[in-house]
Amino acid sequence: MSSYPDDRFYSKSHEWVRVEGDIATIGITDHAQKELGDVVFVELPDAGEIFDEGQEFGTIESVKAVSELFLPVAGEIVESNKGLADEPGAVNEDPHGDGWLVKVKVTSDGAADGLMNAAAYEAFVEEEAKA
Amino acid sequence: MRYIPNSPAEQAALLREVGVAAVDDLFATVPREVFRKDPPPLAPPMSEIELRRALGAMAVKNAAATCFASFLGAGLYGHHSPAFVSQLLLRGEFLTSYTPYQPEVSQGTLTAIWEFQSHIALLTGLDVANASMYEGATAFVEAVLMAERLTKKRTKVVVSRTIHPEYLATLKTYLAYLGLEVAEVAAGADGVTSAAALAAAVDETTFAVAVQSPNVFGLVEDWTVASEAAHAHGALAIGVVNEAFSLALLTPPGAAGIDIACGEAASFGVPASFGGPLIGFLSCRDAFKRQIPGRLAGRLETPDGPVFALTLSTREQHIRREKATSNICSNQGLIALMATMTLTALGKHGLRETALQCLSKSEYLKTGVKALDNGKFAVAFPGATFNEFALRCGPPVAEVLAALEKAQILGGVPFARLAPGAGEHEDLLLVATTERVRREDLDRYLDVLKGF
Repeated sequence: MSSYPDDRFYSKSHEWVRVEGDIATIGITDHAQKELGDVVFVELPDAGEIFDEGQEFGTIESVKAVSELFLPVAGEIVESNKGLADEPGAVNEDPHGDGWLVKVKVTSDGAADGLMNAAAYEAFVEEEAKA
Repeated sequence: MRYIPNSPAEQAALLREVGVAAVDDLFATVPREVFRKDPPPLAPPMSEIELRRALGAMAVKNAAATCFASFLGAGLYGHHSPAFVSQLLLRGEFLTSYTPYQPEVSQGTLTAIWEFQSHIALLTGLDVANASMYEGATAFVEAVLMAERLTKKRTKVVVSRTIHPEYLATLKTYLAYLGLEVAEVAAGADGVTSAAALAAAVDETTFAVAVQSPNVFGLVEDWTVASEAAHAHGALAIGVVNEAFSLALLTPPGAAGIDIACGEAASFGVPASFGGPLIGFLSCRDAFKRQIPGRLAGRLETPDGPVFALTLSTREQHIRREKATSNICSNQGLIALMATMTLTALGKHGLRETALQCLSKSEYLKTGVKALDNGKFAVAFPGATFNEFALRCGPPVAEVLAALEKAQILGGVPFARLAPGAGEHEDLLLVATTERVRREDLDRYLDVLKGF
């Protein structure tokens, strides 16, 4: 069984996107959180900020490293996960659920183009591990 | 520093390589008029014995500041430095060329830094202080840049012109090429920032509003003038402090809505020397700690008890150069230690007692000036002061200072010296008192003024 939910798409920079209507919810994958280790801080944009596809929208800091977060779809931020300010560990505990990062109002039609489904992402992660 | 000699042949090879004919050509961009016309008045080579005699003869011409009653201030105040401070500071563990930060070998240093931060946080009434900055002016700039990062996409900082002119000049130098605007708000006739003028200068493009207290005239400012003007437009309020002893008596900036406090902490036992080294400080609310510049020591819990280590280091350039909050990558370790030792020795009551002495002596002098009946001198502004006030002089300030000097008194800092060429307040002399001046010094000062 895949460890990645089938209701969403995945990027090569290890973010996931779940689209409902014109709103996309974005987080980092279970694989990404394992690689990062314990997350201690997440810096997220304010509602109203607009980003291009692939643009950096925040940073995530773990006990091991700091990584930039890249938006897999272009759009305007409508909400960021305020709960992470006090409990950044939610990214580790429930990366595909409570550990979501931002909700975006998608501006392009082909929002999920170029992203992978769960099976393809799992294969991508395995390939990366071998490389 | 090692002296690396080179021969005339090597010099010629170096000059050929860089493509100039003579060493002097390397200074071609320096304006000719700043060069000496005559060779420096140096004697021919001397033996060691001759040299010592010659330098000794020069040295006795010096007048040590300690032989005078000093009323110098204007940003740098001659407070007492307890003897044990300089003694302990010379210990090899502390007196190193670089501040060691590795927790496994530097628990003493890191503990001292953490204590410095704790002192500053308590005194400024804010949650977090960093491990120190180089000095007050650049601490002020760092506070402004920090506010810009925190507010995002805003371009204007509103500053009161009652902030120390050298601090403002440093700020303008930093911001000149960053596309950020410095809007200056003139002081009212009473020498204090006008709340209305400050508020009027703030708009939606403003990321920070800064005032200083006590201000450059020594006057106590109301921090809420800045914090209310800033917060009305979503900007941050910055409080600047030159004379850190004032924090022992006056409302701490953090208690009056100031978001970032910064300034100079040399008053805590760091001798004025020739103007340095100094010790800047910066503190802020907890919510802003990820944008603090520079080093930050933290207290960690381990199974063996508390330990100290640098923390939140991802702000710093050795981790993420392009995202670093500042290019300051050290702290003023040894000087922070001096301040920490002084504060620890004074304690809460000693600090307050010292500050009260500074205030009382200044008030004594102000009262004396007001009682002079020769009509030549006045206290320039009516507002409350801490340990420094502006003396308005009828006679030229230089003549007043010369007369005081004859009575073994360093009478103060002419305001005009702080902002050369500005042509402002040329009749003002800034007069500061610390716990080191005595009643007889104050009386002697007043006697000299009476003689005009």
